[in-house]
Amino acid sequence: MAGRTIFDKVWDSHVVHEEPGRPTLIWIDRHLVHEVTSPQAFDGLRLVGRRVRRPDLTFATVDHSIPTTDRSLPIQDPIAAKQVEVLGNNCREFGITYHDLKHPQQGIVHVIGPELGLTLPGLTIVCGDSHTSTHGAFGALAFGIGTSEVEHVLATQCLWMEKPRNLEIRVDGKRARGVTAKDIILSIIGKIGTSGGTGSVIEYRGEAVSTLSMPERMTICNMSIEGGARAGMISPDETTFRFIEGRQYAPKGEAFEKAKEYWREIATDDDATFDRSVHFNANDMAPQVTWGTTPAMVTDVTGNVPAPNDFDDANTRKAVARALEYMALEPGTSIQSIKLDRIFIGSCTNSRLEDLTAASKIVRGKKVASGVKAMVVPGSQIVKYQAEKQGLDRIFKDAGFEWREAGCSMCLGMNPDILAPGERCASTSNRNFEGRQGRGGRSHLVSPIMAAAAALTGHFVDIRDWDIPE
Amino acid sequence: MVEPFKSVNGVVAPLDRVNVDTDQIIPKQFLKLVQRTGFGQYLFYDWRFYPDGKPKSDFVLNESRYQGAKILIARANFGCGSSREHAAWSLLDYGFRAILAPSFADIFYNNCFKNGILLVTLDEATIEKYFDQAKRAGFSLEIDLMQQTIRDPEGSVVRFDIDPFRKKALLEGLDDIELTLKHEEKIRKYEEKLQPIRLIQK
Repeated sequence: MAGRTIFDKVWDSHVVHEEPGRPTLIWIDRHLVHEVTSPQAFDGLRLVGRRVRRPDLTFATVDHSIPTTDRSLPIQDPIAAKQVEVLGNNCREFGITYHDLKHPQQGIVHVIGPELGLTLPGLTIVCGDSHTSTHGAFGALAFGIGTSEVEHVLATQCLWMEKPRNLEIRVDGKRARGVTAKDIILSIIGKIGTSGGTGSVIEYRGEAVSTLSMPERMTICNMSIEGGARAGMISPDETTFRFIEGRQYAPKGEAFEKAKEYWREIATDDDATFDRSVHFNANDMAPQVTWGTTPAMVTDVTGNVPAPNDFDDANTRKAVARALEYMALEPGTSIQSIKLDRIFIGSCTNSRLEDLTAASKIVRGKKVASGVKAMVVPGSQIVKYQAEKQGLDRIFKDAGFEWREAGCSMCLGMNPDILAPGERCASTSNRNFEGRQGRGGRSHLVSPIMAAAAALTGHFVDIRDWDIPE
Repeated sequence: MVEPFKSVNGVVAPLDRVNVDTDQIIPKQFLKLVQRTGFGQYLFYDWRFYPDGKPKSDFVLNESRYQGAKILIARANFGCGSSREHAAWSLLDYGFRAILAPSFADIFYNNCFKNGILLVTLDEATIEKYFDQAKRAGFSLEIDLMQQTIRDPEGSVVRFDIDPFRKKALLEGLDDIELTLKHEEKIRKYEEKLQPIRLIQK
């Protein structure tokens, strides 16, 4: 039998029903639910008297529209308050475990899934959120779905799906100090474009991937959707197993040992073939900064803002001209001369303890540049608690950062954390779309250490030139 | 219930931008609503309206020649980004029943079909021709899903491809969940054989 990829194996083991000329019915192991994309799905169930088929495999929290300020105060925005209340009511009515706003394990759904051991290799994981691809870092097949599909999974624990293609992204070599997982994925998207992965599941492989920590792998898989792929995966290994061991909802003792055997088997076979392969070398990669309004509009920190005429395709030239107008940037401007008003360290891409620790080492003992407003939003209450135990909150606060409660916050600005029109932000999040962080706001995507350094200087700097304490 | 889709004959609005993301189709401030209806007024909100709510006269949907449009023509990778189905709801509620583009993002593609919106993928040259024709006031197209054809006012016909199952689902307004429950026996058998390590350990 020909070798199979991890995606092939996970897919095959989840087929419930298939027939020629139809999508395949696949089983879903975990369904993560949040307040924004679920209310209409629960309404749909109620309308025809359906139940949630497997509340035991369904897990809910609030993250998108909640404030990141004092949790003892009520939510000021009445529409957001209503949405949060509706989720609580739905979870009670349908018997779903719910980590509400005041729960010590509340957080961004893609941060708490792995943290609690809900995310495991070989599982299928869905959520009404495109960054569900994050969980692929464990070798799970994880992807975002729309609200109709949320309703379908609630009712049946299954999903109809046409099998995507296998796309290998191999990153060989060793990255330089100061080049992070964020820079690797931004470099990749810069090359393959925002639709390079459409219709595919990406598997990230190669030396520069296998040497990454789990939080770093999550950063990479998180942004698969920014390259058009619904899912990105990394075959599980000892790094994966070490991360999972002892987590609350993960298998324990003998079951964990048995699980490891199974998880080793699902890794991509040596003789597996992919529909397409794209190769990169981490040696060539520099810290990345986006200059436009898609994550693919990105360049090295040592580079300049391009001109529309640098691009061959007429539609791309128009898009670049429009992006530069929106971003208020002139072609040829050096990236490092771009001045910033705001700094956001957070989001499901870069809000884990490792991200905050790395940023804190840049910030320690220094001050945020005058005129710059900077904030750190931990991905979960657990991250916040651990960071505070290590004194990271003090380091950030002493430097002039705001230190917030867990949530999606300014990544998408559904809560009060938004940019004012014309404000320019260095952000560790995943999308620099027009208005994403606030109408008229201008977002530049960077790594946590690049954001931290930019906070101190008020403009982008090449972090490789700095002494980064180990 | 999804309204079945058989054909659409209507004015064509051209949206001449690549990589239109779902944040543009329906900005985040409208995602806090808990119902499925009434999103049309917020479609392309930041592009359609000034912050004070006054319409921007230079945005395509505010031009008089495109009022009442039922068909949208768009550029590559339409609907990329967030999984928000609110994007499909707002397009439908505004009055769009079909979108023609060189390519669509995966999640958006699914979301539209679940709501009875036909997405047609066409080659760049055909899309370019429609963009050109759509400059004329009142330019309309007739799309017949059964025949898989698009007819322009001059009688020129373009055939399009569509997955047979998606076609059937649209034509009949199929309820996915009903369809799945017909396989209850198979789901139950699969469920019974689930390895314990795949369950949530309490």
